Amino acid sequence: MPLELNSRPRLAPGCRLGENNQQRVLLMPERALRLIGPSLEIIERCDGQHTVAAIISDLQRIYAKAQPQKVEQDILGYLALLEKERALNFEP
Amino acid sequence: MPHELSNPLALIAELTHRCPLHCVYCSNPVELQSRSRELSTEIWSRVFQEAAQAGVLQADFTGGEPLARPDIVELVRAARAAGLYVNLITSGLPLDETKLADLVAAGLDHIQLSFQGAREEIANEISGTRSHAQKLRVLDWLRQHRIAVTLNFVIHRRNIDQLEEMLAIAESSCATRIEFANVQYYGWAFANRENLLPTRAQLDHSLDLIKREQERLQGRIRIEYVVPDYYAKYPKPCMGGWGRKLMLITPRGDALPCHAAQVIPGLIFENVKDRSLREIWEHSAAFQKFRGENWMQEPCKNCDRREQDFGGCRCQAMLLAGDAAATDPVCSLALMRPRVDAILAAVNLNSVSLGPALTRPAWLYRPNPA
Repeated sequence: MPLELNSRPRLAPGCRLGENNQQRVLLMPERALRLIGPSLEIIERCDGQHTVAAIISDLQRIYAKAQPQKVEQDILGYLALLEKERALNFEP
Repeated sequence: MPHELSNPLALIAELTHRCPLHCVYCSNPVELQSRSRELSTEIWSRVFQEAAQAGVLQADFTGGEPLARPDIVELVRAARAAGLYVNLITSGLPLDETKLADLVAAGLDHIQLSFQGAREEIANEISGTRSHAQKLRVLDWLRQHRIAVTLNFVIHRRNIDQLEEMLAIAESSCATRIEFANVQYYGWAFANRENLLPTRAQLDHSLDLIKREQERLQGRIRIEYVVPDYYAKYPKPCMGGWGRKLMLITPRGDALPCHAAQVIPGLIFENVKDRSLREIWEHSAAFQKFRGENWMQEPCKNCDRREQDFGGCRCQAMLLAGDAAATDPVCSLALMRPRVDAILAAVNLNSVSLGPALTRPAWLYRPNPA
């Protein structure tokens, strides 16, 4: 299923969180992404349980000082990027 | 220098040079290392620990055929326990369903299944073994497991016209990545180069097709396409720069900055039995040799692209220009580029007069080590 507010992102097979030199990273085939601040908070919620909408509202709460609409846009952009990288699947 | 030195990010573990295939473009050195000198399970396990401590994130198990090691499941477990992401690059030949399940249970993250073609006949010719049907069986077993699957197709003149059929194999499988890597000319491929280089027309056609297919399959299958260096305008940033990101350990434990580094005369490789990985990374003369920019000649020395491609490939410079510190001769700015053009001209001219190679070339097959 596509990226929608009610779909549930889950890390694709072969993609997982790792740690190196006290830094969290997203490990995936031939690549690794450093996870800092909000990117880590998003990835930790890509567990097939949280909906996209739930992730957005969680982060809007954590980053209460940021403009809610901007938070939503950033999250949707980040999820789309990870989908393109084949790091995420979206489940119903 | 060491204070500004970055961490190694990936460890290429060449576990063995033994292999059931005899591919005519094998990237192993022409001098293969024997089974009797291969590192033990214990030493590899220590190397994985040291790698993770030095900052390495990923271990690529390769060979030869890494599954030829009877302790392969143990090695996967040890690398994963050390904290590494474990990638297995395999022909799939020595695999059965039980072994696959054991590897996954031990923590294997990613499998790269190599294919020699889309059809049995060409695949078997290139590998000198009946191998294609087994790969299709492995693909079927992989559906049962939650790991990343990449199909690796090595591309050359004799199979570059089968890309659509190769994609069809990927689409009917659980693979999320497909790598089409054109042969690069080192080791055994260097010896078989005149029969492997595609023509310019073939390459152009393949580039158009890949672009269309990347769009069509976006979000489903990620397609990587690597062109032959000889046809490129600028060189590749070989190994992400010498001694910048990668370390390769040979079956007997020599630490190399690159697969083909043994073709460069005068380099002395440290062995993981004698030194820790971090010591080798920071101090080995072989890793220092082409690190940074001090070794560069013109035109690299003042080139705007020197931080993008790091002068290209040192081994290719050695093989084609006879000087490992020369600009990679595939670069359009290189003094030695005419040598590459002459090789391409011969290939393109012959293919016009002879048509596509219909007869079986006199391949030089890679043997097995003692």
